[in-house]
Amino acid sequence: MKIRDPAMFIFAAALIAAVGFVQSWNVALSILNMCLVSAIVALGVNLQWGYAGLFNFGIVGFVAIGGVATVLVSAPPVQDAWQVGGGRLAVAAAIGLATLALASAAFLKIRPGRKRMLSVAAILAVGLFAYRSFFDPAVEAIESIEPARFGYLGGFGLPVLLAWPLGALLAAGAAYLIGKVALGLRTDYLAIATLSIAEIIIAIVKNEEWLTRGVKNVIGLPRPVPYEIDLQNSEKFVSAAQSVGIDAVSASSLFVKLAYSGLFAAVLAILYCMSQLAINAPWGRMMRAIRDNEVAAAAIGKDVSGRHLQVFVVGSAICGLAGAMMTTLEGQLTPGQYNPLRFTFLAWVMVIVGGAGSNRGAILGGILVWFFWIEVEHIGAIIADNLTFWLGDESPLRQHVMDSVAYMRLPTMGLILLLMLRFYPRGLIPEK
Amino acid sequence: MDFLHALIVFCNFVAVPALAYGSQLALGALGVTIVFGILRFSNFAHGDTMAFGTMVAILATWWLQSQGIGIHPLPTALLALPIAIAATAALLLATDRLVYRFFRSKRSPPVIFVAASIGVMMLFHGLVRLIIGPWNQRFSDGERFIVSAREFKTATGLNEGLAIKTSQAITAVVAVAIVAVLFWFLNRTKTGKSMRAYSDNPDLALLSGIKPERVVAICWVLTAALATVAGVLYGLDKSFKPFTYFQLLLPIFAAAIVGGLGNPVGAIAGGFLVAFSEISVTYAFKKVLGYVLPEYLAPDGLAQLLSTDYKLAVSFTILVITLLIRPTGLLGAPRQ
Repeated sequence: MKIRDPAMFIFAAALIAAVGFVQSWNVALSILNMCLVSAIVALGVNLQWGYAGLFNFGIVGFVAIGGVATVLVSAPPVQDAWQVGGGRLAVAAAIGLATLALASAAFLKIRPGRKRMLSVAAILAVGLFAYRSFFDPAVEAIESIEPARFGYLGGFGLPVLLAWPLGALLAAGAAYLIGKVALGLRTDYLAIATLSIAEIIIAIVKNEEWLTRGVKNVIGLPRPVPYEIDLQNSEKFVSAAQSVGIDAVSASSLFVKLAYSGLFAAVLAILYCMSQLAINAPWGRMMRAIRDNEVAAAAIGKDVSGRHLQVFVVGSAICGLAGAMMTTLEGQLTPGQYNPLRFTFLAWVMVIVGGAGSNRGAILGGILVWFFWIEVEHIGAIIADNLTFWLGDESPLRQHVMDSVAYMRLPTMGLILLLMLRFYPRGLIPEK
Repeated sequence: MDFLHALIVFCNFVAVPALAYGSQLALGALGVTIVFGILRFSNFAHGDTMAFGTMVAILATWWLQSQGIGIHPLPTALLALPIAIAATAALLLATDRLVYRFFRSKRSPPVIFVAASIGVMMLFHGLVRLIIGPWNQRFSDGERFIVSAREFKTATGLNEGLAIKTSQAITAVVAVAIVAVLFWFLNRTKTGKSMRAYSDNPDLALLSGIKPERVVAICWVLTAALATVAGVLYGLDKSFKPFTYFQLLLPIFAAAIVGGLGNPVGAIAGGFLVAFSEISVTYAFKKVLGYVLPEYLAPDGLAQLLSTDYKLAVSFTILVITLLIRPTGLLGAPRQ
């Protein structure tokens, strides 16, 4: 057991190195960076599923919240948009909050019955109209400010690294609200509810153009690391690159990717240490006790729903952090890419492959699954090429097979998931 | 007269589309609910099962068209349905044999079944994309309309038209027929009764000599038929695209849960409830209100509660509210 675990990490590293030798180091480093982010998401999911047995299918929603946080923090503010729409948006927000407060007050004050239902409905209806009468014109005004370049409020123009904790915080806030209402549900109901809530979050991120530019994407977000072009213009860097024997252009892009890898690895290391400390602390034992038998844990005085909410919030915050990191890495927010198949379900494959309840397993699963997610196409193309070369390039069957390779990812992941569930249900690195 | 106009506009843009969409959702939800009733897990692969069935139907339609076989004015896809159902049933039975039966024999918790169904979902989704590609496919042939808006206007002399698409009429007829047969099967035949008995209490059913594996096999065949019919009807009405079918999973879950998972009548009611709310919340009622209200009250805006971009979000909201207020559904699941 002691030798097997590091051996698997070395195997993962060797896979990435192989890409470096066969394809290019640039590709290898991009894969490594996303592997690290995936490992962080897997840590978050493992916290919820492995430690607490919570079925969170809303991961893509929290990742998207992290992405939005990056825009809010780092994008330069659009002054004109603030001027034309800011005030009215603030009024609309105030009306919205007041409506909700009034409605909940009415709900609590009036005794159950038809009177309560009618008055709550009336408050909500009037509130909605008042809110829309401020909100709609504000949105229209904001979206008409240079729609090709801006058309949204922009962010606060702060250093982008601040977005990481803020992404985690925003995701935690959303998770608190969601958990407060949804955590009472049984496992598969909770899964469906969180899946639905995540779809709602994605719908908002895609369609509220005044906030996120929607499918028009926000591009050119600032970076926490230097730009390639600046490196190529710096004499010090160029001479250093020459002394290693690489030309300045490829050296600069490798350097930038390595800088991201360093940042991500540091975050992953911190999160791993914290998760390890937590799982070995009395808190971790309590969580496992709750997971294994809720009734017994409640009987000895553990606050089951409180602990569930806590771990749901922390796990989702980690997903939000990973989302912010991903958007920072890409330098742009592309809401169209938030697809539950790629984020939520893939993260689940990572945790199940790695081993639910084991932090090292989650990290290994994140790295391996992301690696194969990217490389299946490449490997599949090689295999398909070798299998069908005798058909000749004109053969329609060969063409169809070669075209289909692009869709091999999902079935491969499905197959891996099913094989793991059947033959290694405890994962590659099982919980001790 | 104005009221009649308002009614026709409402029917044309809300009632008729919602009836068709509701029937499609109801058929889908019936499939989910039957799997839940017999096998006790939420089948995440259902949307992609629909996609698989529809794909086979499309391929069979193309083949039939190339042979010159058709049933004009009805779409050829209806002829292809039996082939598609058979293929889907074979696929589901094979999946059960290779995947679910192992977990059943180990008496795994429902969570494992859900996780396995996600693996199956990815497999099916990839399979469909592999075979037919991720693009949009239109495979509806035959007459497009039973009553077109212009014909309706000339026939009645009204200012507003009411169009009824062939696909909508077929959906309604087929859905009613399928539901009638299904309920007859579940309530009147010996096999159907044994299925309900198994769903109520598997152990007791086992004691009374009901063979569990047979019940499970019939359950998958029923699911295949319902999923394929629902998928083909949806594809005829709109168009076929694998990702759209994956997304249909959520309104279908919403319908099944709103009505009460495991309750067939509830699934149908849920389907229509979800469809009507989805369409009416995102429909701009400006025209309808313009006819009904006096001129000084007529709305300036579109009188639309939510933009159509949030269509899917409506069903999710219904789903979440049901889960929170009454997780057993409006009609109440027969058991927990």
